[in-house]
Amino acid sequence: MDQYTLNLLFVGASFALYIGIAIWARAGSTSEFYAAGRGVHPVTNGMATAADWMSAASFLSMAGLIAFVGYDNSTFLMGWTGGYVLLALMLAPYLRKFGKFTVPEFIGDRFYSPTARLVAVICLIVASVTYVIGQMTGVGVAFSRFLEVSNTAGLLIGACVVFAYAVFGGMKGVTYTQVAQYCVLIMAYTIPAIFISLQLTGNPVPPLGLLGEHQGSGEALLKTLDQIVTDLGFNSYTGHHSNTLNMVLFTLSLMIGTAGLPHVIIRFFTVPKVADARWSAGWALVFIALLYLTAPAVGAMARLNIMTTVYPNGVTEQPIAYDSRPDWMKNWEVTGLLSFEDKNGDGLIQFYNDKNADFTATAEANGWTGSELVVNNDILVLANPEIAQLPGWVIALVAAGGLAAALSTAAGLLLAISSSVSHDLIKGQLNPNISEKGELMSARIAMAVAIAVATYLGLNPPGFAAQTVALAFGIAAASIFPVLMMGIFSTRVNNKGAVAGMLTGLIFTVVYIFLHKGWMFIPGTNSFPDTVDGSLLGITSVSIGSIGAVLNFAVAFIVSHMTEDTPQEIKDLVESVRIPRGAGAATDH
Amino acid sequence: MADNSSKNSYWSANLRLIIISLIIWAIVPFGFGILLRPALMGISVGGADFGFWVAQQGSILVFLALIFFYAWRMNKLDREHGVDEE
Repeated sequence: MDQYTLNLLFVGASFALYIGIAIWARAGSTSEFYAAGRGVHPVTNGMATAADWMSAASFLSMAGLIAFVGYDNSTFLMGWTGGYVLLALMLAPYLRKFGKFTVPEFIGDRFYSPTARLVAVICLIVASVTYVIGQMTGVGVAFSRFLEVSNTAGLLIGACVVFAYAVFGGMKGVTYTQVAQYCVLIMAYTIPAIFISLQLTGNPVPPLGLLGEHQGSGEALLKTLDQIVTDLGFNSYTGHHSNTLNMVLFTLSLMIGTAGLPHVIIRFFTVPKVADARWSAGWALVFIALLYLTAPAVGAMARLNIMTTVYPNGVTEQPIAYDSRPDWMKNWEVTGLLSFEDKNGDGLIQFYNDKNADFTATAEANGWTGSELVVNNDILVLANPEIAQLPGWVIALVAAGGLAAALSTAAGLLLAISSSVSHDLIKGQLNPNISEKGELMSARIAMAVAIAVATYLGLNPPGFAAQTVALAFGIAAASIFPVLMMGIFSTRVNNKGAVAGMLTGLIFTVVYIFLHKGWMFIPGTNSFPDTVDGSLLGITSVSIGSIGAVLNFAVAFIVSHMTEDTPQEIKDLVESVRIPRGAGAATDH
Repeated sequence: MADNSSKNSYWSANLRLIIISLIIWAIVPFGFGILLRPALMGISVGGADFGFWVAQQGSILVFLALIFFYAWRMNKLDREHGVDEE
């Protein structure tokens, strides 16, 4: 069977599975549509949360980001997992006890303010839409690489599949497809990693292989890698070469942002009890950790594999000739994500760091006139099985896994958006007397519209689409997380404090991002370069969310203490949220 | 239903637990993984140093332990203070 047929078979079978689940799990009530009837087992919800959370970025990009930078990009590993501690200890159990359907609904009720709810809806929609565009473009790319259809056709097929289970099944359909998608994506991620770890270190557990001995050299894998990359003028893999303050703030922003992302928070509304919400956050991190502990191993091993492919006899010897390059390089050259330019005309592939001034002399002595190979970060995970010469079915599985990662996150985001539109805007503001049936219908219509908008934006990505990390995490960290936390842990923060705090965090963060990335991300309209030295506060725009969060807290406390105390019924509400007993009664309201 | 003093002691026990957990949550990645890494270079773990291992694997394992410990401890506290769900 050729590779194309295998890809088609694996992707087709996974899609059939998702649609089968959609038919089985249709939602009959708003409680099922918004919260899967609050009957999801904590382990099941943990698995669904892991798929919901791990996006195309986690699956495709993260290992590549680590591979080409090394230690400094550990920020993603720590930041995207550390947020679950905040979620488990400070948000999930209490919001489950509150027992409503959306994040803005809690903010509106706790701060007795339709304005606060509206600001929360806007933050939710901007963050989620930015995020969903990245998933949709990921679907298009995966389709065009593996199934040889156009980007547009790929995106439309993906959108139809999401439509099938999200519009009819709501949270219920999304939950159970996410469980299936998690199984597909984790197999697709770990199986190639196990093979590669065996090949390079003889250890079948990739995280242990990372710390193990490299079979070729008999030295520790990380030492070998450090040696090879520094011999070619690159920064050492395990060394720290970035700005420490920014590394700390970026990690912190990712953590707080993770805890504040509405599509993750609403997953914890689906479990039956407060105690389950606590366990479920732990299970979610178990399933996430399976991928996140594998990713650094995949990164280091892929980097080593690429280096030894180009320099089969060691970096002091000649690299391979372009004509005898392996097939995987030829495959990826077609996509333009890998390219070769014979700058010194010797027919060999010189691959080194030509931006390192200290290395220029060595390069010139060797007759090198520039690095001749360009490899895009994002191809690493997809190309990994080919680089390690694994069988065709593994490549097909990776294709299905990449699509599962993008689709599961897209569905979760679309659900957060449509719930907020139908529950917070239509029922909350426009038509409070809407019937249960009417609200369910409007939720389905909102979902269909959200899918259409996301598909359109996926086909015509606006400038902000590439800024998921800065914009979505920045907004979630600076506006949503602090106000949720204060709503639970303080009885004193009132409506005025919350609105002032949220707006301060939001405006500060967005303006800071615009000042460094351009207004509305239009190139050339930025006032400062987005580098550590050139930036306004010495902080890059991706790291600013944590500062926005601090401002949000400070302004909310100051304004609250200068204005009147919260009413007694709000104090009672906070007291009740803090106590698990009675969560069952809050299920139906 | 639990009385007010029981509720208050439940909440302060919870806050204590959260604060201790968050101190560990912060020290491990930001301390051992980043800021204190140069001081810990002497400890080697599988071809690299302790700080590198914490940043790439150790923090995630600590986060997992914290969440499960908190869930176990809180569910026990719920019962002790009579605020658990029936």
